[in-house]
Amino acid sequence: MNKYAELTWQGLWKNNPGLVQLLGLCPLLAVTSTLTNALGMGVATIAVMVGSNATVSLVRHWIPREIRIPIFVMIIAGFVTCVQLLFNAYAYGLYQSLGIFLPLIVTNCIIIGRAEAYASKNQLLPSIYDGFIMGVGFTLVLVVLGAIREILGQGTLFDGADLLLGPWASSLRIELIAIDQSFLFIMLPPGAFVAMGFIIALKNSLNTKVEAMIEKPVEVQKPQRVRVSKVS
Amino acid sequence: MYLSVTPSPHRLGSSNTSRMMRHVILATLPAFATLIYFFGYGVLFQVAICSITALICEAVILKIRSKNIAINLKDNTALLTGVLLGLSIPPLAPWWVGIIGTAFAIIVAKQLYGGLGFNLFNPAMIGYVLLLISFPVAMTNWMVPLELSLHSFSFIDYLSAIFTGYTSSGLTVNELRHGIDGITMATPLDTLKTDLTLGLTSGESMSKSIFGDIAGIGWQWVNVAFAIGGLALIKLKVIRWHIPCAVIGSLLFFSLLGYLLDPDSHATPIFHLLSGATMFGAFFIATDPGTAVIRAA
Repeated sequence: MNKYAELTWQGLWKNNPGLVQLLGLCPLLAVTSTLTNALGMGVATIAVMVGSNATVSLVRHWIPREIRIPIFVMIIAGFVTCVQLLFNAYAYGLYQSLGIFLPLIVTNCIIIGRAEAYASKNQLLPSIYDGFIMGVGFTLVLVVLGAIREILGQGTLFDGADLLLGPWASSLRIELIAIDQSFLFIMLPPGAFVAMGFIIALKNSLNTKVEAMIEKPVEVQKPQRVRVSKVS
Repeated sequence: MYLSVTPSPHRLGSSNTSRMMRHVILATLPAFATLIYFFGYGVLFQVAICSITALICEAVILKIRSKNIAINLKDNTALLTGVLLGLSIPPLAPWWVGIIGTAFAIIVAKQLYGGLGFNLFNPAMIGYVLLLISFPVAMTNWMVPLELSLHSFSFIDYLSAIFTGYTSSGLTVNELRHGIDGITMATPLDTLKTDLTLGLTSGESMSKSIFGDIAGIGWQWVNVAFAIGGLALIKLKVIRWHIPCAVIGSLLFFSLLGYLLDPDSHATPIFHLLSGATMFGAFFIATDPGTAVIRAA
């Protein structure tokens, strides 16, 4: 497997930041009440990760090891500010609906984790790709969780897509189930916890099956145990 | 010589889970009959929906966990969860309310935690809390006692109200809740709470027709019936007297305290004891063997 394929496999499945590393749970649980919010959050995270990984990789030789964390945070904060201002300018509705969780991307452990674990040790292009694919992995989890919660919670998909994509997108809204009472539990953070638990369980069970298919059972020769004392 | 060493308990009584749970289910029967007498057949359908859902969910999860379905279903715990939840939700709640609540209770609150005996919380009450948070409107649609109700309806009307939201004559569930004077009626507890915020004294509020003589038409007898079932459970040594005593005792103490200090803004202790789900909670919920203290220290 070449480097990029390995990075893709790691970011999307094997080491998925949302499902396996369980990082960034705060935005994961807070903003996934609808698919649109989840997608907006995902796009913002990808943008910040690509930017911060690229910058950290470029300046990695000049960063003193002792104060690397504050420097990473400064770089990330710079990109988060950019993304926040862009959202404010071009997707104001979404900016309002994401609220405090947009600036809070600064504290998202996935981003500082990739800067520390990958970008500070690797060259520019692989670092950019790593930031991108990890962001995509996180976004996929956000989108799946957002879709599940939106369908179960209010029976729609793409509700409020116009906030992210402009007025034309309001026709994207699909009403899957007509319900007159929304399922509030799923819309609240506890519902996100429970739904997330089910997604992780599903991923783990798929993993076991996939691994069982890939790896053939190896015949292990069990060493004969030496009986120390006789049990009677 | 070989001495077998097993963990405690070493002395086993004659009671078993299946028998205990069967007794608890049977002990709800007086209250069940009283509920049907005062509030109609809705509760019958709710209990049926919840029990069937509970058994199906339990069987499916046991199958997934590759456990013996027949043996585990026979311990009656899933059935009891269904019965308790069915008794706790409003008689005319839509059919999916009971199904969602019971499925969550059995699958998440009971089986995901490890099944019988490993659950941290009473599954029926987890289901109830989930429903109360999720569907506050459907979960507070309590029935008016039949004798105060504006409409009279047949057995089929309950079925159709639960499954379609309308009776055969086209009335909505909300209209069914109208009292004789044509106004939607709340439960005695709700009425009292609202009236106190409106500046009425508790004595003035409790002169309304919904309160009956003591603690609300219907509700007082439902509570008495639950207490009778609970006393039978104590007699059969299925539950110990300490837990219901503690629940009822503390309720009595604090309601008496409030009533003595300020009788105008507090209801009488006897009202608190016999309204709402006091006796149900004290005898059937607080004593759940999986989550309560089961022996004296």
